[in-house]
Amino acid sequence: MEKPRERWIGRDAGPIVRPYAVTRGRTRPRGLVVDLVTILVATGRTPGDRVWLSREQRRLLELCRRPSTPADLASETDLPFRVVQILLEDLHQYGLVEEMPQAEHGERPDRPDPRILMRVLDELRRL
Amino acid sequence: MNSAASDSAPAPHAFDDDVPQHTLKILVAGGFGVGKTTLVGSVSEIRPLRTEEVLTDASAGVDDLHGVERKTTTTVAMDFGRLTFSGGVRLYLFGTPGQERFWFMWDQIAYGAVGAIVLVDTRRLSTSFASIDFFEQREIPFVVAANVFDGARGYTVDEIRDALDVDPHVPVMLCDVRRRETARDVLVALVEHAVQSSSPV
Repeated sequence: MEKPRERWIGRDAGPIVRPYAVTRGRTRPRGLVVDLVTILVATGRTPGDRVWLSREQRRLLELCRRPSTPADLASETDLPFRVVQILLEDLHQYGLVEEMPQAEHGERPDRPDPRILMRVLDELRRL
Repeated sequence: MNSAASDSAPAPHAFDDDVPQHTLKILVAGGFGVGKTTLVGSVSEIRPLRTEEVLTDASAGVDDLHGVERKTTTTVAMDFGRLTFSGGVRLYLFGTPGQERFWFMWDQIAYGAVGAIVLVDTRRLSTSFASIDFFEQREIPFVVAANVFDGARGYTVDEIRDALDVDPHVPVMLCDVRRRETARDVLVALVEHAVQSSSPV
């Protein structure tokens, strides 16, 4: 897919539209805080009449028709992760994307499931 | 969980291997030029990822900002790699710069992560002390991998362990980040270490 390269006048200069213009002045997300690897998916709802979506948000919503992560989405759209994080949080608030639950695990929600780690280990060794 | 979205249809991709079901993160920490990008590229599909860093006074005099005085933010490129396993399991690698002013990113990556790879250059071991402290303090499992550069004097794993003063249970290993097998061995060592760390004592 063709990327919107016209926003750039060379990497050193940065985007002509500053990141905080894209996020309408917000520098940190409110509500749901999406992690780099949170799995998000479009809910399939249509935006209400009073919801205005930016071009970037429409693009992210389109990409979320297949489950994806903010890291992947930032890479794919060439937008900085922090910007993507805020835009996705908006989409979540509008009910347009939701978090796909991952398998529940043990007492430590801040640690990955050891059973999944064991599976990964098996496959890593065969790499 | 989210009542506003509860009326949505079930995800059509639920059992598709190509769709992420479980995501895991690994942080690759190391100073400039130590080989983070090469390591990530050796074991995974590497992709561009930018984040936006706010320049603060702390970086004045550190960064060469000549000619960009009016720039208030700077773009940081993270090394971003992805490995896909069966059952929709995806392992993401994030390589971030080692300086303290990037630690806000480390915190973000480290939360819920499998653990970290501290990539060290044996010619500049002292530059790794701060990253080792960072993971020790947060009880994040980590391994130390010394990238063996051409022409660097050979150190043994024990010498490196002594010099860095890491706990005996922390794996320390040598690797050549350009070689897929040794880079993979580092990942294996970290995941093994993480499994052990998560087992009940």
